[in-house]
Amino acid sequence: MSNAPLPGATLLAIYRKMTEIKLHDDRFISLMKSGRLTMPYYSARGQECIPAAICVQLTNDDYLVTIYRGIHDMIAKGVPVKQIWAELAGRITGTCKGKGGPMHVTHPASGCMVTTGVVGAGMPIGCGLALAAQLRGEKRVTVTNFGDGAANIGAFHESLNLAAVWKLPVIFVCQNNEYAEHTAFAKGTSVERIVDRANSYGMPGRHVDGNDPLAVYEAAKEAIGRARDGGGPTLIEAKTFRFNGHLIGDAGEYIPKARYEAALAADPYPKFRHWLIDNRHATATQLDTLDSEITSEVDAAVQFAFDSPLTDPAEVRRDVYATA
Amino acid sequence: MSTQINTIQALNWALDDAMAADVNVVVLGEEVADPEGGGIVKVTSGLSSKYGLRVRSTPISEMAFTGAAVGAAITGIRPVVEIMLMNFLAVCMDQITNHAAKLRFMSGGQTNVPMVVRTMTGSGFQTGGQHADFLEAWFCHTPGLKVVMPSTPADAYGLLRSAIDDPDPVIFVEHMASYWTPGPAPERGKSVPLGKAKVVRPGRDVTLIGYSRSMMDIPVVAAALAKEDVDCEVIDLRTVSPLDMDTVLTSVKKTGRAVVVHEAVRSFGVGAEMSARIHESLFRELKAPVERVASQDAPVPFAKQLETAFLYSHADIVRAVRSTLR
Repeated sequence: MSNAPLPGATLLAIYRKMTEIKLHDDRFISLMKSGRLTMPYYSARGQECIPAAICVQLTNDDYLVTIYRGIHDMIAKGVPVKQIWAELAGRITGTCKGKGGPMHVTHPASGCMVTTGVVGAGMPIGCGLALAAQLRGEKRVTVTNFGDGAANIGAFHESLNLAAVWKLPVIFVCQNNEYAEHTAFAKGTSVERIVDRANSYGMPGRHVDGNDPLAVYEAAKEAIGRARDGGGPTLIEAKTFRFNGHLIGDAGEYIPKARYEAALAADPYPKFRHWLIDNRHATATQLDTLDSEITSEVDAAVQFAFDSPLTDPAEVRRDVYATA
Repeated sequence: MSTQINTIQALNWALDDAMAADVNVVVLGEEVADPEGGGIVKVTSGLSSKYGLRVRSTPISEMAFTGAAVGAAITGIRPVVEIMLMNFLAVCMDQITNHAAKLRFMSGGQTNVPMVVRTMTGSGFQTGGQHADFLEAWFCHTPGLKVVMPSTPADAYGLLRSAIDDPDPVIFVEHMASYWTPGPAPERGKSVPLGKAKVVRPGRDVTLIGYSRSMMDIPVVAAALAKEDVDCEVIDLRTVSPLDMDTVLTSVKKTGRAVVVHEAVRSFGVGAEMSARIHESLFRELKAPVERVASQDAPVPFAKQLETAFLYSHADIVRAVRSTLR
């Protein structure tokens, strides 16, 4: 853990978001296994601290773009968890009335503008959100998340170039979890670090340990400040790992066992918890209390979702156009 | 005689008037700003000098700037994107068909994408296989998009104003051959509604249905046939999706015969959809099967004689009309 001092309240806010992400993720998987929830689910277990450390520095006015593996980003950004659960359960009370699902959760009120299921496609859109803010002279910033696989698709390259040319207030956050679907990073990427590409597009890049919330916090702070002050875009590469494969049900044969075990041993979630206690930012009892509060929130969200009515099939014909 | 202008000027007026009326209207595209020439055929000429950074020349980067338009649009900006040629839409299809078209639906109506994609195309200039296709069927086949294809300067003005005002994404297709053809000037400020076809020539025997390029040909054929005592009713669809079936069916009910003409290739095209819908609604009232006249199912060729052979001819339209009268 890096030693940058942060106020205790900020540290606890990061821990809270990480815990929310982890406990909701655990519950999604358990309800999928019991058959109550049916969905294609791309778990971000292991990547919690990246959005947690970034989003504690954002407001609802700041824009977020995320991807199919993005529920951690949404929760961190403040999308109401009851509405996320209702969305996944196909209910009318869901963020998108059950029409979007886990890959397309949208909630403009909390700044979650687009979630895409197409690798790389969020970055051009992120440029556009930033362009809108720039045109209006607003101070808001856009954070657009993607994985290491997306750094090899054209949209990444076009977007970084455009953002740099127009000095857009956007932060490109590459959550490098070592695998593009089932392909190991080195097999599909020409550089050792994605961040090395920032220089090619004339923008600053920061490579951080994505399992270290304090390091992510510092890199994001600098990038957010630059974007807010009109200094243009930044590429952040946060190195991390995902523990639940590409998709739930993926047996992970393509990940060497030793690599998986080493990554699991460095699981950022328990590590941060211990660090908070060891450095006297919180007591175990305090964190236990917080954890059980969040567990109750998860229970309430599940209850809310399954108590809500299913979306009427007539909704298939609505929202295709402004008027039917 | 009313004032005459061409389609380039009409489109320029529409953009100028829309930008003056609403600060959210912005123009993005390759070479659209004045230092870069004001657009490949100068549709956007003068606008960047007047509106500054609301008119931006982009890198040759269709995916990035079309996607940027999508992102800006969901915040209420009304981007008008210029894709230099319709074939180049292929490099930003993901942003159009997976994102612009679907964000309203996938967000449960929380966001919408009020953007316009202007593009141009058309054979006859020996530009070969990647600069002249009519690809409107791709977009018509995507729920969430509207497709507008004007044939006159006045409609180009009025339809572009409506497209910019529309809360949903609109693909606006301009035909290269008609850019410089003069026509009556539009009344500035007056929109032409989307989804409304226009009967441009009343007649009793056969309904000829066209849009864009084919509206340069159909009236000529109709006038020639009139001399042989065949009275054609001519409909300019103007908007291809959604189709104005009320206007079409009212006409075909009267004539009992229909011929659809388009420059796009024949198979799986707008003509096929139109034919299917007419047959579904009026099967028992038809005096003959609906005929389609279109380009051949091939890429647009380069050599002049091949390009001519690719496109339908006036004789093809006449043959189709005669076939419905047999």
